[in-house]
Amino acid sequence: MGKSIGDTAILRDISLTMAPGTSLAIMGPNGAGKTTLLRILSGLWAPSQGELRRFGARVDKEAKSDRRIGFLGHQSFLYPAFSARENLMFYARLWGMGQPAEHAAAVLRRVGLGWSQDDPIRTFSRGMLQRAAIARMLLSGPELVLLDEPYTGLDFAGRQLLDGVLDEIKGAGRSIVMISHRVDEVMRIADAVAIMDRGQLTWWSDLSAVAPEYLASVCQDQLDAGGWHHS
Amino acid sequence: MREAGTIRKFWWILQKDWTMEMRTKDRWVAMMAFVLMTVFLFAFAMGSPSARISAAFPGILWMAFLFAGMIGMKTIFGHEMPEETLTGLILAPGDRTAVYLAKMAGSLIFMVLVEAASTPIFFALLQEPWPKRWGLLALVLTLGALGFVEVGTLFSMIGAQMPSGDLILTTLLIPLEIPVMITAVQATADMLVRGRGSPWLWIHGLMGYDAIFMALPLMLYDYLWEV
Repeated sequence: MGKSIGDTAILRDISLTMAPGTSLAIMGPNGAGKTTLLRILSGLWAPSQGELRRFGARVDKEAKSDRRIGFLGHQSFLYPAFSARENLMFYARLWGMGQPAEHAAAVLRRVGLGWSQDDPIRTFSRGMLQRAAIARMLLSGPELVLLDEPYTGLDFAGRQLLDGVLDEIKGAGRSIVMISHRVDEVMRIADAVAIMDRGQLTWWSDLSAVAPEYLASVCQDQLDAGGWHHS
Repeated sequence: MREAGTIRKFWWILQKDWTMEMRTKDRWVAMMAFVLMTVFLFAFAMGSPSARISAAFPGILWMAFLFAGMIGMKTIFGHEMPEETLTGLILAPGDRTAVYLAKMAGSLIFMVLVEAASTPIFFALLQEPWPKRWGLLALVLTLGALGFVEVGTLFSMIGAQMPSGDLILTTLLIPLEIPVMITAVQATADMLVRGRGSPWLWIHGLMGYDAIFMALPLMLYDYLWEV
């Protein structure tokens, strides 16, 4: 599939298949099209060319959201004026979930924010905000989670917590697509990796037989070839 | 199922915006402050009642509502930007036009509340006689407000996604609002100024404008969201 905005091609000839219960890491320089790909997978945008299948079903030309998908973007998608609990209850209601207060409290406890659930989001530190955003992503019990640099802003405890959350997701047979710039994160979370540059997939591999040093050398090769503007 | 999701989405976004406004009072205070400042300035500038005030009254009224409405428009999507919450709303189940409709409905409620609270003050301070057909005046005020918020919400949404969104809102919104403002001023004048014709021609014009600008954003919404 491909994606263009006006005359500018953002994604070109992307062809990927993911089996249920697997996790894929996407790496690449800034402006490679990684976030655009995630936005298309989430249902926020529709591809301009080709087709997208999610959960085995073809998605229409018109972009469609799906409550089986959890999306963690660069921003938290939370309202600074509301408390963490109010924010999550709002999303639970928006998604038509019963007992929004119970669901909100449960996921906030899971991410270690039970003690500050009634504080306005604007008073949260960067790490707490990221934890609240993770709670929002988990709220609907998604079968596929899309993560755009999810470790950003997290302290050591936060990183351990996210590792645990992602292990639970994998253990439950759910799927993960994660954008990351770090080889250690990719090796820890993903079963497969795809490297993108200038809107195209340039390298991809199953990670079961790839050593971290080899993945790092592939990234370095991309850099040397002039494709990797930034890592 | 999809319709149920769309109605639910519309309702909870509307309620969320209302709760946020009741908590911050940003939009309400800014709009009322502008309208009251306008009416006080005109009341002091024009002095005692005269035919001149009567002739200018509909224009003064709608000019105040136009600019107060523009102040309100800046806040519609403003609080969705810092943490990209608009994306969260779009990704919720249900048709994404529910986001536009909820934002538009919220703006209409605030615009009508500002009109309801300030119109009696305009009549009192500018010493204009209260119209006998006040129900018809309420209809014109509501239709004018609807036309304004339909276009305003559309351009606020476009502007919110662009770096110079405020400039776009100001420069594109005013020309597009001119037809609805002229029609609303004419309908109001026909009601308030003696010797003019029936206001119904202009009221039907307002209805037509409202219908067109209700349909247009719904057709363009998906395209505009991705641009």
